[in-house]
Amino acid sequence: MIQFEYVKPSTQKAAVNAVAKNANAQFIAGGTNLVDLMKRGVTAPQKLVDINGLPLKEIKKTPGHLYIGALALNSVVAGNNLVLQHQPLLAQALASGASPQLRNMATVGGNIMQRTRCSYFYDTVLPCNKREPGTGCSAIEGYNRMHAIFGSSLSCIAVHPSDMCVALATLEAVVMVSGPGGDRRIPFADFHRLPGETPHIDNNLQKGELIVAIEIPDNNLAKNIHYLKVRDRASYAFALVSVAAALQINNGTIEKARLAMGGVAHKPWRLFEAEKMLVGKEATMEHFKAAATLAMTGAKAFEHNTFKLKMAPNSIMEALRVAAGLEV
Amino acid sequence: MDHLIFPTNENELAYESRRDFLKQSTMLTALVLTPAAILKAGENDENIASALEKLPLTLEVNGITHKLAVEPRVTLLDLLREQLHLTGTKKGCDHGQCGACTVHVNGARINSCLTLAIMQNGQKITTIEGLARGEQLHPMQEAFIKHDGFQCGYCTPGQIMSAVACINEGHANNRDEVREFMSGNICRCGAYPNIVDAILEVKQGGKKI
Repeated sequence: MIQFEYVKPSTQKAAVNAVAKNANAQFIAGGTNLVDLMKRGVTAPQKLVDINGLPLKEIKKTPGHLYIGALALNSVVAGNNLVLQHQPLLAQALASGASPQLRNMATVGGNIMQRTRCSYFYDTVLPCNKREPGTGCSAIEGYNRMHAIFGSSLSCIAVHPSDMCVALATLEAVVMVSGPGGDRRIPFADFHRLPGETPHIDNNLQKGELIVAIEIPDNNLAKNIHYLKVRDRASYAFALVSVAAALQINNGTIEKARLAMGGVAHKPWRLFEAEKMLVGKEATMEHFKAAATLAMTGAKAFEHNTFKLKMAPNSIMEALRVAAGLEV
Repeated sequence: MDHLIFPTNENELAYESRRDFLKQSTMLTALVLTPAAILKAGENDENIASALEKLPLTLEVNGITHKLAVEPRVTLLDLLREQLHLTGTKKGCDHGQCGACTVHVNGARINSCLTLAIMQNGQKITTIEGLARGEQLHPMQEAFIKHDGFQCGYCTPGQIMSAVACINEGHANNRDEVREFMSGNICRCGAYPNIVDAILEVKQGGKKI
């Protein structure tokens, strides 16, 4: 690992300033992704600003929201009573990610900030537009089994690897950030970016901006929910396809539907059209199939991931079936 | 006795173990490499002095407080093995994918390869060496022996540290739950069924571990 400077500020302002003033400084929280990227030479910050001295671990219910501090650990959030009571979909998604050891290290803010697991991004010998802009994408013509079927570009077909973020997209969380220019709130759908011609930029944070918390608005989506993760082994693997489904059902009729997919795009992929279609419909497999078909509009596969074109709609149907409590 | 490969001071090297010899070789390599690394750093970094600075670090490891100095890039795993000579904690993949490096920080299991030692300043670390009480093995260690929970043994320290945490977290209530909550520890020999047996026996024994 290339040497770097390390500081651990005790105030949020000092932390933000430390990163804002140095072009090659980065925040570090759990380190589960960043330390790995530094070992492999994918990234080489000149300075690490450790934010673990900041009081950002709180989880609390506020009027209208569930508030989760950016440094709350993935394992803590997954087992927190307020989370289980108000937003169990989030707990399900977190529990399906990584391993118990990693969940004990990884934070909510870090999970949102994690980089793609595209093997070409990690392989410093081969071209990658995300790692070195302008060098090309090795995945488009390479082994692209894990890659995107939605929203990719000629520059990048990588996917966002998070499970937690798929649930947060479904639950319409807000990312609360603090930066040199003050505080702002970013709706989850606007946080991550599609690759376009600038795949090296994962999200819409500005230099020096620090995630301090997320807020999930009260949503009445604690009952008919399901996080389905399809992967190569039963546990401890990234999603090939995942679906976060949340329904509000009254007397068999869907009053509200929220859906997002993971493992299919450069950002958590909200299924807005399918959601709209389901509202007012009865919760039946026929309608779930129609929603899944609609959700696949515009999907584009590559040489090794055509299976996702079938796996994705099937996963949507299955997640909706379990969420609605229908028998097979 | 080890054979000496190089014509050097026989008296000094004669009784060195292979491990110590390797350590010396590594130090020589580091000396050869360091000037180039500094030159490279100098091209990009005007703060060479601060970048190469060692930082003070206090860690309690297995009940013993250590006052140390580390470069910020040293992982907890490398600190335990290279500076404290606690080689029970294994380096498997070194990328958080295998679990061989699992240790406890304030009782919680983590991958020591993915945390910087300096980030654990002031924390209490428990490694596999900290489980036994003198000659008395920890119940989990005894259960792994009884159930043949290993073959080559390389993943075993990590498996045992993870297993102890798995029970203390309340995640060892049945076979499926143990399998799910031990999924962060890979065993290439495939001793999984016996590892699960060992954990369930300790859990059912009901002892505080």
